[in-house]
Amino acid sequence: MTIPAGPYAASTQSAPVTEPELSPEEQQFNDLIAADSRIEPRDWMPEAYRKSLVRQISQHAHSEIIGMQPESNWITRAPSLKRKAILIAKVQDEAGHGLYLYSAAQTLGTSRDDMTDALIAGKARYSSIFNYPTPTWADMGSIGWLVDGAAICNQVPLCRASYGPYGRAMVRICKEESFHQRQGFEILLELMQGTEAQRQMAQESVNRWYWPALMMFGPPDDDSPNSAQSMKWKIKRHSNDELRQRFVNMLVPQAAVLGVTLPDPDLRWNDETQMYDLGEIDWTEFHEVLAGRGPANAQRLQRRRDAHDEGRWVREAAAAYAVKIAARKKNASAADSKDLAS
Amino acid sequence: MSATDQTFSAGEADAHGHASVDVTTLDAELIERADVATSDVAEYATWLGDDSLVLGQRLGELVSRAPELEEDVALGNIALDLIGHARSLLHYAGSATGQSEDDLAYWRGEPEFRSLHLMEQPNGDFAHIIARQFVTAHYLFELYSRLRASADETLAAIASKAVKEVDYHRDHSVQWVLRLSLGTDESRRRMLAALSDVWPYVDELFRDEPIIDRLEGVAVRPSTLRAAFDAAIAPVLVEAELEVPQGFTASGGGRRGVHSEHLAFLLAELQVLTRAHPGATW
Repeated sequence: MTIPAGPYAASTQSAPVTEPELSPEEQQFNDLIAADSRIEPRDWMPEAYRKSLVRQISQHAHSEIIGMQPESNWITRAPSLKRKAILIAKVQDEAGHGLYLYSAAQTLGTSRDDMTDALIAGKARYSSIFNYPTPTWADMGSIGWLVDGAAICNQVPLCRASYGPYGRAMVRICKEESFHQRQGFEILLELMQGTEAQRQMAQESVNRWYWPALMMFGPPDDDSPNSAQSMKWKIKRHSNDELRQRFVNMLVPQAAVLGVTLPDPDLRWNDETQMYDLGEIDWTEFHEVLAGRGPANAQRLQRRRDAHDEGRWVREAAAAYAVKIAARKKNASAADSKDLAS
Repeated sequence: MSATDQTFSAGEADAHGHASVDVTTLDAELIERADVATSDVAEYATWLGDDSLVLGQRLGELVSRAPELEEDVALGNIALDLIGHARSLLHYAGSATGQSEDDLAYWRGEPEFRSLHLMEQPNGDFAHIIARQFVTAHYLFELYSRLRASADETLAAIASKAVKEVDYHRDHSVQWVLRLSLGTDESRRRMLAALSDVWPYVDELFRDEPIIDRLEGVAVRPSTLRAAFDAAIAPVLVEAELEVPQGFTASGGGRRGVHSEHLAFLLAELQVLTRAHPGATW
């Protein structure tokens, strides 16, 4: 395979004195990254690249799993059977996304059990957005429109992430997420075209979710410790602020169609930059929620822990059954060979 | 329901960081025909629709609480299938009186529901969920298999779609009955307890009501399903080293609007939001 020399290769050539000699596999890794090729599970990769991916993919998987809770909260109370069916399908999709992502992380040598243990021990992170409660039905709309919308902006570039299994998992996930966003928009649209009480419900919910959704892109670029290296490795393609800006540019016209107000008095079009200027984000809140002091952190983790603990005997039964069946098959084939021998 | 069939390509969209979400279509999940049910057929469709709705609602309570992620997907899938069946059946039932599926699901009171007591039972532990699934999936499979030949074309069409889905539910329950019965001492103890807790409600599934006499060739006579049901579960019970529990038979009465204490709570939760906004659409 011929690998075209990319910008990274050029820079290593220009500084031969300070750069230590690269091993052939390290050179190949760098070349693959430079050529925008995929790194696959059996390829050599720097330990820090592997670690960074496991961190990111498992956090993403945990987010899908914890993210099932704020929505499953409304499955039993969905206001029509059609909405109930759509909501169940959506939450089920999220469980499926969690499964793909855990599988992608497993290709890097980390087991799902280890990742689950880290989550329920409260050691692993997941997207802070799911630590906000869903007190009203309109929150099913806001989560779809704003939270899934922000997730799409974050995740579509990840379809090109340099690690193959992650990029491929993201292609499928993004297709389903875009469907979810559409459904969320429709929920809000229906409410905004409904009764006065429904319109109020929609606006109140958008007011609560708008800022947390903007925080989903992570801290500002000058305060984002992991971003630069991730971009160099082409795991990440755009900066936090760039994606956040893109998201708001997309939201403003959609908010106009819905007839909802975005709760930022400083939000206005800037002719010079050809973008919307945003108001100041309250990062204190972000850091509070991140530190575990958000409105539903404890509750979300407890639910996950309860499901895990209460399910232990079931998983043990399945494992014990598998062992018994395997032993039975082994005995049967041993008996068969004995029959043949006699 | 598959949430697919949309015009979106991540490959094309990612250059700009935008996903196009403009065109999305849902697969048709509702069996909807122009036929209008007679009042007896509507009553029968309500029986079956309420069973699916109530059981689907029970399983919906579990999503995000299953013992494994795979089970969250599986139980969610089963719930989704059942809600789909409920929608088709209640839609048809409502055609007799000009009511929608949601009018029937959200605006009837408890005495107007026709669900069987087994469907109404609270979830309990995973063994209880599986025991209830084991019975209901086998019952529904036999029922829909026969209903495919109904003289009523709408009921036959709904049954033809439902029977394929219920077949998977049956398989899912069998796999778990085997694992729980033959897995560990604890799982076996729980499976035995669950089966004996569920069994008192089994008889009601096969009880005939006067209306069945008026629906010859249209409805399936419940009592005629018992032999097929017993024959289908027998080999599973043998393999799982289980026996049909001997115990009391619950009085039942769901088909006449006489329900367990559990149904009112289930309906309170199901209907709470809709009833707070009369006349609203969602």
